Amino acid sequence: MTPEHILLIALLGAIMGLDVVSFPQAMISRPIVAATITGVLLGDAAGGLLVGATLELIALETLPVGASRYPEWGSASVVGGALFALRPEPSAGTLTMAVLGALATAWVGGWTMYVIRRFNGAIARRWIPTLGLGSGRAVIAIQTAGIAADFARGGLLTLIAMTALDPLASAMVGLWSLDARFSRAVVVAAAAAVAAGAVWKLFHNTPAARWYFLGGLAMGLSLWVIR
Amino acid sequence: MTAPAGSLPAPSLPVHTWVEIFVRQLAVQASWNYELLLGTGIGFCLEPALRHLAGGRQGEAYRAAMARQSAYFNAHPYLTAVAVGSLARAELERAPAGQIERFRTALCGPLGSVGDRLVWAGWLPFCSLLGLAAFGLGASPLAVLLIFLGLYNVGHIGLRVWGLRVGWTHGMRVAAALANPVLRHGPTYIARAAGPLAGIALPLALDRIIEPGRALLGGVLLATVAGAVLLTRLHGRIEGWRIAVGVLAACALYAVVAQ
Repeated sequence: MTPEHILLIALLGAIMGLDVVSFPQAMISRPIVAATITGVLLGDAAGGLLVGATLELIALETLPVGASRYPEWGSASVVGGALFALRPEPSAGTLTMAVLGALATAWVGGWTMYVIRRFNGAIARRWIPTLGLGSGRAVIAIQTAGIAADFARGGLLTLIAMTALDPLASAMVGLWSLDARFSRAVVVAAAAAVAAGAVWKLFHNTPAARWYFLGGLAMGLSLWVIR
Repeated sequence: MTAPAGSLPAPSLPVHTWVEIFVRQLAVQASWNYELLLGTGIGFCLEPALRHLAGGRQGEAYRAAMARQSAYFNAHPYLTAVAVGSLARAELERAPAGQIERFRTALCGPLGSVGDRLVWAGWLPFCSLLGLAAFGLGASPLAVLLIFLGLYNVGHIGLRVWGLRVGWTHGMRVAAALANPVLRHGPTYIARAAGPLAGIALPLALDRIIEPGRALLGGVLLATVAGAVLLTRLHGRIEGWRIAVGVLAACALYAVVAQ
């Protein structure tokens, strides 16, 4: 990983982290987008998409609802995409380590979002008397500080995660003893189970949803067999 | 006597003010915090409109309105557009302060719950599943990005534009517009469409990811079903991604230690 790579990945992590909540919430921070874009920029678009799709299956269960604490998928997906794309010859453990690295970053990222919210609260409390006087400048200053802090949060998180996880992933992949079939099967089974649970959680209250799902499943399996 | 907001023809705002309000809308959550939630975000979005009050930025009306609009507020971020549109009109029509404050408080609940059901629990997973289906069907990375981002943002941008427009048009009588069929029945229709889409997307996406592990497909399917049943049984007690971290960490450790 060159210094240029580190800078590029940290910048991407900052942009994707910002999109999660602060600006513009256009969902470029979703794993299927963020990891793919990372792969494209690091020269392995297909690898980025593979990691992104795997993480997207896991992220299906996350509802980014207001005050709740949830994993931060934007910066994490950049880390996952980069951990995979930076290894030109992916071996048995590469996908496992990329997904695991992304999940660990998402976990820490959720905590950093909580810290940023506390920081925003401290800034707002300091400005409350001025807000009470109807200062437009105070409102703009608070919003700008929030954007800057969140951008820095995403960039720093990505930088620290890559600095720690890239050598660790290299070492682990070097020592990996499981064969490629079993390694991939574990990742797929874990992601698929989370995705299936998420689909049930999201749609089980809808009348006849299970029949719609089973109908679709029959079509999906048919397409699978035909191919 | 002040006429009730919404009963007069809407005052007009220049196009550049609307553009500024819309761009600020995209950053409505920039300072989200546990004290004011979206409060300052609403003030931030309304500020370009409030400059058109008598006296401009230095005027008493501007300062009073900014103080009112930067207080505590909560809603789904996309549907804050409805609040911004209707509050901008109420302020520019000089509706009584107490009436605006009561109206502002009353907006929080419906704009939050409707948006969460429609967007976070409906439109977003639907678009994710469509992206995964495209991936499973062999679409290129660019095509997957265009399908997911294009479709999602048609809904996202459309909802924000609709919200600003409907809020501005109806002012403080916006409640009737919230009975819009898309808001009332949209989540159910999206869920019905997402069911079969999930059924198609999941096996196809898994098929594309599994490649070298295809020889172990039977075991993978069994583990998937068992894992999904476990997660639905544990619904609300543990999140699936945490279990995935545990499984993958155990796999990685075994792969290294067993060498």
